[in-house]
This record gives sequence, C-alpha cells and structure tokens, in this order.
Amino acid sequence: MALDKQQLVEMYRRMCRIRYFEEAVIEIHSSGELIGPAHPYIGEEAVAVGACAALRDTDRIAGNHRSHGHPIAKGGDVNRAMAEILGKSDGYCKGKGGSMHLADFSIGILGESGIVASSVPIATGAALAAKLSKQDFVSLVFFGDGASNQGACHESMNMASLWDLPVIFMCENNGYAITTSYKNSVSVDHVSDRASAYGMPGVLIDGQDAIAVWEATNEAVRRARAGEGPTLIEAMTYRFEDHSLGLDKIRKSEYRTQEEVDEAMTRDPLPIHRSAMINQGFATDDECDEIEATVHTEIEGAVEFARNSPYPKPEDLYEDMWATPV
Amino acid sequence: MATKTYIQAIAEATIEEMERDKSVFTMGEDLRHSVYGATAGLVERFGEDRVLDTPLSENGFFGAALGASLCGMRPIVETVTSFLWVGMDQLISQAAKMRYMFGGQAELPVTFRVRMFYARGASAHHSDRNYPVFMNTPGLKIICPSNAYDAKGLMKTAVRDNDVCLLFEDGIAISSRMEVPDNADLPNGELLVPFGVANIVQPGSDVTIVGIAGGVQHAIDAAKVLEAEGVSAEIIDPRTLVPLDKETILKSVAKTGRLVVVDPAHKMCSAGSEIASIVAQEGFWDLQAPIQVVASEQVNVPYSPALEPLIYPTPSKVVAAIREVLD
Ligand SMILES: Cc1ncc(C[n+]2csc(CCOP(=O)(O)OP(=O)(O)O)c2C)c(N)n1
Ligand SMILES: [Mg+2]
Repeated sequence: MALDKQQLVEMYRRMCRIRYFEEAVIEIHSSGELIGPAHPYIGEEAVAVGACAALRDTDRIAGNHRSHGHPIAKGGDVNRAMAEILGKSDGYCKGKGGSMHLADFSIGILGESGIVASSVPIATGAALAAKLSKQDFVSLVFFGDGASNQGACHESMNMASLWDLPVIFMCENNGYAITTSYKNSVSVDHVSDRASAYGMPGVLIDGQDAIAVWEATNEAVRRARAGEGPTLIEAMTYRFEDHSLGLDKIRKSEYRTQEEVDEAMTRDPLPIHRSAMINQGFATDDECDEIEATVHTEIEGAVEFARNSPYPKPEDLYEDMWATPV
Repeated sequence: MATKTYIQAIAEATIEEMERDKSVFTMGEDLRHSVYGATAGLVERFGEDRVLDTPLSENGFFGAALGASLCGMRPIVETVTSFLWVGMDQLISQAAKMRYMFGGQAELPVTFRVRMFYARGASAHHSDRNYPVFMNTPGLKIICPSNAYDAKGLMKTAVRDNDVCLLFEDGIAISSRMEVPDNADLPNGELLVPFGVANIVQPGSDVTIVGIAGGVQHAIDAAKVLEAEGVSAEIIDPRTLVPLDKETILKSVAKTGRLVVVDPAHKMCSAGSEIASIVAQEGFWDLQAPIQVVASEQVNVPYSPALEPLIYPTPSKVVAAIREVLD
C-alpha cells in the first residue's frame, strides 16, 4: 500500500497547520497574553502527522505535554485548540485544561498529559478495551525519550505484549528531556532496542520524514488490527525551539550547541515532505504555496476566534467535576 | 545584612551542607542547568558524583535516595509537588514506614525539596499543594517555609535530621526577598531554624491568624487592611506542620479567642482543617466564635485565568473571614 496524492497533500496541510499554529502560540506568548507553560512541537511535525495518517477517526491517541501537534495531526479543530490555550469557554476543555491538556474524544483524542509518561498506560488501557469489546480500533501513544525511563512506560509495554494489545508506542526521540540529553539518561543506544525485552518489534525510523513515519505506523497498525500485538516505534526527531516557552529565561546555562541546532534545522520536516511530493509528481510548487497560504489564513482565523471567545464564568468553576454531583 | 531570595537561600543551604558533610549529595532532574533555579553551579563545585542528573524516573530515584540513606548517605532530592505522585510508592510504603516497620533499625536522612507551583496558569497537572496528603501518613516530617530566612534555616536542619523530610517550596514565595544574615554575622556561625517552633510573625490581641506557606503573606496583607480599622491580629507561621507547634497556636487563641487559618491546599483534610480540629478539641473553652478556615476550593485547578484565581485564598477572603469571627 502507498499513500495517494490526496493523503500526501493532506499530510502537508496538517504539518503546516501545526507549524503555523505553534508560531502563533509563540507570538501570543511573547505578547504576554498566554500565562501558563506551552511546549512547541516545531521540528517534530512529521512524527504526529505521519503517525495519524495511518489511523482512522475511531482509532485512539494519547499524548504528552508537547501537546498541540498530536491533536492537530489527528484532525483536531485549530479554533477550539487555540481557544483552549487562551483559557476560553469555546476551548476543547472549556478552558479547564489549557495547553497541556487538549482533548477531543469525538475523534479519538483521549487527551494530552502534563505528567511525563502518564498517557502510556492510558493508551494501553484503550487498546485493552478494543480487545475486550472485540472492536477493531487501535490506540497510539506519543511519548518522549525522557518518558521512556518511567516505570509506567516499561510496565505498559510488558502488559501490552503479554496480552497482544493493539497499541502503538510512538517514541518521539528528540534527544532531550528538558536539558537532560539522551545519552545521560538512557542506558541503551536506542529506545527501540528495548522492544526485544518486552517481546515486541522495535522499529527505528527517521522522524523528519512523514512518509517514513506513515510506513512504519501503517505496518504497526496492520499488526495491531490483526491481533498480532503492540509495536514500539522510535522516531528520531529534534525540537527546533526550547523545551517550553520562556524556559530560556529560567534555566541557567545552554544545553545544546548552536551548531547542533543549526545542523538539525537543515532537516526541516516541512520542506522534506514538500519536495518529496513535488519530486514524485504529486504536487506542484504552486499547489504547495496555495496550501501554505490557506493554512496561514486558517490560523489567523483561529487566533481571532480564540480572542473573541468569552472566558468561562465564575459559576462554571464547579461544572464537570462529577458524573453525579456530590 | 544581605537581602536574599527564597531560592538563593535554598541554594546557599545546599552548598553549605554539601561543604560541611561529604555524605550529602543532590539528585534530581535537570540540576546541571538549574531548571528550577536552586542548583546553578553545583556540578562545577562538587562534581557529577555528588550532583546527579537523574533520568525521568521519580519512583526509581526517590527509592534510590532512600536506599542510599540506609547506607550512610544523606541525599537531597529535588522535585515538584505533582511529580511526587509518581514516586508515591517509595514515599508512603518505604520512606514513611521503614524505620517503624523494622523496629527502629532504619535511619533515613533524606531531604526532599519539593517545589510547589500554583496560581500561574499551569493547570491541574502542575499546581498541586499536596503537603496535607503527607501529613496524613505518619513518618514524614513536613516543612513549609514561607520566607527566605526560614527556607535556609529549615533546609539546613532538614539535611541534618535523621528522618525523611519533605520541604515544600512555595512557588509564590520563591522569588520573595528578605534579609538573611551572612554566617559571619551569626553567633554560631550558621543559620539553623529548629523544627516544631512556630514563628510569631506579629503579636496581636483580637484575632489569631495562622498562615501556612504562601498563606502567611495573605495573613500579613489582610492584617494590614484591618489594622486601619483598629483590629489587632496575631499572625502565626507554624513553619513545620509535622512536627506542629500547637502550643504556640493554643496560647495565642487563649489570648484572642478567635482563629482564622489560611492554607493554600484544598480545604478538605487540609493542614488548616487539622489545626482547626486541634483548637476545637483542645482550646474550645477559649473560643469566642467559630473557627474559620480559608483554603482552596474543593475543585481541581482550572487552567483559565478567569477561573484559577477564584480557587485560592486571597487577602480579601482572609479579611472577610476575620470580619466573620469578629462579628
Ligand atoms: C513525572 C514528571 N516528571 C517531570 C516532569 C517535568 N518535565 C516536563 S517535560 C519533561 C521532559 C520530557 O522529556 P521527553 O519525554 O523526552 O519529551 P520532550 O519534552 O522531549 O518532548 C520533564 C522532565 C513532568 N512533567 N512529569
Ligand atoms: Mg525528548
């Protein structure tokens, strides 16, 4: 199976959507309009988009604090995502969750989590539900190289393999957990090397190439749906921005060299995908420019939508605490 | 005398204790680059062996700190309130219980420095004020400095203490600045604040306000407002919740007959409700009005700037509570 023109173009559109969305968030943050933390996904777009391109609406995803790219890649609405980041009532979580907790259960986005690795068991449980209820959806969880060191991660992978659960563990290895480098925190060369210890396939891929991510995910999804169990995919990627907005003002020293950042930025997933489409004759330069322009307008609209959305009211404070209020 | 921030005071205490005692070492996430502000320059000064950047494995490294402490080391662990949940097994089933369970054989001189972020738009996963949870488990000492002076003095005492200490660093107070004497200006050459001794922040006669951590500043601000109306408030900062200096609180209530407690934690089973319970049980006949507890609403921390500020204690909520007890 290969991706067709429509799919490739849609992937590019979503990558642009994430990139411009994040650029808008950075701008909003620097103007002081955004008070809480936010973690830009810029540089890693191909991972979320390549992975979600292999999923259906009914498939479930869960993610982490670097939280805007995953829901947008799954088809989330940028208006509601931006409104949530500004804490507005039209936001995905009515302003209760904010940047780190975007979720849209209606299209399988089970939520982003601020506690590192805490989504990994959740996605495992979603896969357990699919198996127990004999439904054919799969679940996929995005987590970082840092998260791979949490007990919750190891425990989940063992259970998933033991029970042949339809889950895809998508490790976004961007080389760092805040300032701590991969080599100072992981005992093996690759997170995917650990897969054999759990008895599942471990696949190492280029996370800057959306098509490569799609290929690996597509095979993992096939396995999962066929009842063959989980797969651990490690996508090598890089975040072009600092860990979180404003961190540069807090931390006391540099943890990456400028050369390393510059070098990584030569492998920008957007131009990589754009040229792949053009080289294979699936799109022209004009078509790509057109997509970019449309998405720019879409994001401007999202910012305006978010700004115009009302704040939640004081009486909303206790809403949504309970299924049956106490 | 030099003025210092709370965070500088913590950093100074760490350096002094590491210099004094070779068995003291520090572990936590992102220490080298001092993401949480108190560990800059430590690696350069003490080397990587004594300043360990850990993988993201809280349950693992909390437990490793405990294990090391059983064998003669005195670890200082840096973390954040919300990440304590990940290491709960080690904190509750091991840290709190080992000494007692093993008939007093286990010595656990570990200090957990726990940053308590809240009220800054960090949402439900990064805004926990969870010291009351740990008060409910016997075996852990709970330290809640409200200012730089106490932060330094209590931190040094914690490192020397032979029990597990959880020192909660109030995220609102950490950039506050005050005079903290240099060691050369102190009679004993160093600053130590004992556990279990409350600080009477200001004496007064009409009402007792007990403030916890960031709640102390709210108490001070509220007292100022009411001072203009002729109300004399006595403000007490317990500084440590386990052990708790209940004598100082009871003595104050005996004098004023009225009690307001200000606690940034959620109200149900809070430090505030524990203090109210003690005074109700042991100081009932001194009370002239029902006790008021000003604590956080019993709801998760919402993200929106339109909602989050509604849930915490504020000086105006404290003023209203004082009026209530004076009524
Ligand atoms: C349990 C827990 N510990 C620590 C943190 C603080 N923290 C937030 S993100 C992060 C690094 C995560 O690294 P990684 O999993 O590689 O994801 P990345 O940020 O690189 O995308 C840390 C340490 C947290 N949120 N949760
Ligand atoms: Mg990472």
